Amino acid sequence: MLSYIFRRLLMIIPVLIGVSILAFLLIHLIPGDPAVAMLGERATPERIAHLEEVLGLDDPLYVQYGRFMGQILQGDFGRSIHSNSPVLWEMGQRFPATIELTIAAMIIAIVVGMGAGIISAVKPYSIFDHISMGTALVGVSMPIFWLGLMLIYLFGVKLGLLPPSGRLDVTIDLETVTNIYVLDAIITGNWVALKDALRHLIMPAVALGTIPMAMIARMTRSSMLEVMRQDFVRTARAKGLPEKTIVFRHALKNAFLPVLTVIGLQFGYLLGGAVMTEWIFSWPGIGRWMFMAIGARDFPIVQGGILLIATVFVFVNLIVDVLYSYVDPRIRYD
Amino acid sequence: MDTQIAAKKSVNQQANQSRGIWADSFSRLLRQKSAIFGLIIVVTLICAALFAPYIAPYNPEKGILGDRLQAPSEGHWFGTDSQGRDILSRIIFGSRISIQIGIITVGISLVVGTFMGALSGYFGGVLDLLVMRFIDIMMAFPYILLAIAITAVLGPSLVNAMIAIGIVGIPIYARVVRGAVLSVKENEYVEAARAVGCSKSRIIWRHVLPNCIAPIIVQATLGIGTAILDSAGLSFLGLGARPPKSEWGLMLNQGKDSLQTAPWAVMFPGLAILLVVLGFNLLGDGLRDALDPKLKE
Repeated sequence: MLSYIFRRLLMIIPVLIGVSILAFLLIHLIPGDPAVAMLGERATPERIAHLEEVLGLDDPLYVQYGRFMGQILQGDFGRSIHSNSPVLWEMGQRFPATIELTIAAMIIAIVVGMGAGIISAVKPYSIFDHISMGTALVGVSMPIFWLGLMLIYLFGVKLGLLPPSGRLDVTIDLETVTNIYVLDAIITGNWVALKDALRHLIMPAVALGTIPMAMIARMTRSSMLEVMRQDFVRTARAKGLPEKTIVFRHALKNAFLPVLTVIGLQFGYLLGGAVMTEWIFSWPGIGRWMFMAIGARDFPIVQGGILLIATVFVFVNLIVDVLYSYVDPRIRYD
Repeated sequence: MDTQIAAKKSVNQQANQSRGIWADSFSRLLRQKSAIFGLIIVVTLICAALFAPYIAPYNPEKGILGDRLQAPSEGHWFGTDSQGRDILSRIIFGSRISIQIGIITVGISLVVGTFMGALSGYFGGVLDLLVMRFIDIMMAFPYILLAIAITAVLGPSLVNAMIAIGIVGIPIYARVVRGAVLSVKENEYVEAARAVGCSKSRIIWRHVLPNCIAPIIVQATLGIGTAILDSAGLSFLGLGARPPKSEWGLMLNQGKDSLQTAPWAVMFPGLAILLVVLGFNLLGDGLRDALDPKLKE
């Protein structure tokens, strides 16, 4: 297993190099002078010349890329053009918020999606099956930015049940340890903050988790249906095992592999989808930060954010691959 | 008598067999209720786009300020937006932009992806390795994020949004086509074409690719829905269509500021996106089952 992980890590290197090339080339795809595009048409020639010097835009591309990679490998992602603060530092401030949101969305997606998928497979063609799979089909086609707005309107404006934006009420003090507020509130025993953080988290997490939830529900149902027809399930029934044991101990374990693949792929989708969700709900994470950087044409931030998210995505896929062998012991990585 | 019935059955069977793969697939498609529902939505969208000037009750881009943010009524079925424009008319005209987006973005992904996938699958070796690594790199980015980044670099506009979504869709088509080519190229008729001295390009374009068309059609149908959704997302973020275009994502963007007082300005364009994407998804799923019945079994 260790040698497999090591080999996979080696295989990730060319992909990450490719990702870094694409992120690096972003600046050079800008039509016209990148320095002018970043500073705006009204920038003075001195400022433009200074930025060109800082970014080394006069050097050949391979020299620029070499310098870019050298800095990245030393943990230097450059500085924001507008705030002048280090990109890595700003990333560190915002990434926990995105992690908190994506994990919450994933938990909702897995629990509800797998639950609905399992019940649908156990009672195929029942009313529940029709309703849940119909809902899943609508969920797959859902524009999450629209869903977000509708949730805000319904639960935030009309019913006033949940706060429409932000992570925590301004009147609540929370001592931050990890910057993941729910976790921090638990660690510090601040239950008022925990309740408020969870209330802020529900709507964005539901909006972000809807498409993965629908995908997971559909995949769980089809995978479970296939497994439930297998001989070993019939044997388990013939032995007189309780249905619960057959479903959870025998069928689900064998049906989980394709579901795991979807979960892994959807994690990447969540990181991308977070841009829209964070913007709608004013969630101060990487997605909103990147979106604002795009508006301000602050490309070092855009490059850093893209590199970070792509790297996380690649590693999540690696983890999913490794998990395969735990879920299905027949898989051996020799 | 029995012999006559048997003979008749046999003739009918032969007639059925001679209908060909496309007619068979079409009749299988029409047997699926959900696919028919999807087809109806898609046909409605196309009709709305074709006859927009005749069926839209108002000019979609000219508003009457006195009619700002009016609730749905007999005069304005879906209400009006913050500039007094009729939302129903804007949705009807928006269907033209949606179809344009679907065709152009899928066109870009399809042409480039098919070319890459066909060459990679047919020739294999180093070329396959290089193409597939490139695809892996592109797939390492969450696709909507890459589309946002490309649009940000090229500048916000509908054309650039379509280019961006077209580019990020390439890997899927390349993979689908490569997989299909890998299985088709081992067939005997390809071997026969090789034996009679057909050129490689003729074998790929005339013998291999036409036999890979089923998965490509399915992917393209599903892809149109995704492209409309993503493009609406980019316009919603302010990176796609520019005002005063009647693009559905842009309508959502403009409607969100008046969400508290005029929720209809957000609700109806969103429902239009949802319905159209659902239509293409249902049709795509139906086509997959119709073109590959084994898959459904």
